[in-house]
Amino acid sequence: MDEQRTAEAGKGRSAEPSGGEDDLLQELVAYLRDQRTELREEWAQRISDAELLQVMSDEEIFSEATEVYDNYVDALETGSIENLQAYARELSERIIPRGVETDEVLGIVLLLRDVLARSLFARYQEDLGLLNRILDSYEPAANRIAVTVGVSFVEERERVIHDQQEAIRELSTPVLQVRDRLLILPIIGVLDTARARQLTEQLLGSIRDNRATVVVIDITGVATIDRTVANHLVQTVEASRLMGASTILTGLSPDIAQTLVDLGVDLGMMKTVGDLQGGLEEAERLAGYRAGDADDAETS
Amino acid sequence: MSVAILRQGDVLIASVQSDLSDTQVLELRHELAVLVGRHRARGIVIDVSALDVIDSFVTRALRAIVLTARLRGADTIIVGIAPDVAIAMVQFRLNLEPLRVALDLDEALAMLDHRGRRDTEDGR
Repeated sequence: MDEQRTAEAGKGRSAEPSGGEDDLLQELVAYLRDQRTELREEWAQRISDAELLQVMSDEEIFSEATEVYDNYVDALETGSIENLQAYARELSERIIPRGVETDEVLGIVLLLRDVLARSLFARYQEDLGLLNRILDSYEPAANRIAVTVGVSFVEERERVIHDQQEAIRELSTPVLQVRDRLLILPIIGVLDTARARQLTEQLLGSIRDNRATVVVIDITGVATIDRTVANHLVQTVEASRLMGASTILTGLSPDIAQTLVDLGVDLGMMKTVGDLQGGLEEAERLAGYRAGDADDAETS
Repeated sequence: MSVAILRQGDVLIASVQSDLSDTQVLELRHELAVLVGRHRARGIVIDVSALDVIDSFVTRALRAIVLTARLRGADTIIVGIAPDVAIAMVQFRLNLEPLRVALDLDEALAMLDHRGRRDTEDGR
């Protein structure tokens, strides 16, 4: 093997690597492969000492360390970070649910960089010129690897957050039909502009599909409300009216009611009822009336 | 004329087929005012489902028609506003007050029918 030979050459201190960057890198890689066991152990030790990755057992750390080490050296050798990237992403996928933090991941990668650099110092300390050239080829590659791993981890995290946001958004705006032409829209959590718009669209679509005449919007699950959110609600109600549906707002907590009054939001055109039960009763009364059934209107 | 006006019992149904110009709006208003008297109509349904956009001009025109018809003794109901149109109207703060709105023709006829029956029961 070519590397092996270079490694032999590297060990014999007299035989200076003659070529440029590539040869130096080859020698470096061969050296790191050679020292795999010791360096890997030292790294794992430093990780434990630094109290990183405490959610993982020592064995786990050691086996992951082996994987990372090999991938690291491969990436140094080939200059291609794709494998490492894939591995980092897969590793992140495994460790994020266990609560590993970004600073820990960056910490261990930088530790590996340190450990390797130190071993290079130790090996080439007698030949400063060579050490410098080795470091010249080692450092950019090592930095790139550190960045790759860090970014992969953060990206994976962001992907998880994004997925969860999507899931919450999908889950959080169900439009339910409880009676013929009577819809309930329970709102839970925080309303922001994007969600309010999505909610309005979904509600209007359901009004059309179910030919609903009455909609009950229940905001028991909304903790706080501000002027923007209140205006969104007003807009939703107005848009529903344009689709021919009356809207009843229920579940305004004492705090929210007071906030709305203090803000001076005009809810005059909204029909509000204390709780969902009352809202449903009112809705049934309205629906019976609106359906144009004279008998119902008489009995009620 | 881009508006077809049909008669169904004592209800006039005006179906707007395309965007209305100023003159067409005036024509429609005049036509409806005349027809309400001629057919002794007590209700008008204006179907706007063919309109992709309902802007302030159309809103004002509809309001004018409704107020005119009311003076001639007929109630008007607007039907067929699509969801996106409704959202856009609300965002542009185009309020159709005091116009009455229904989802579709069936709904509007039911509303007019109900009102008519209630009125006769009340002896009005």
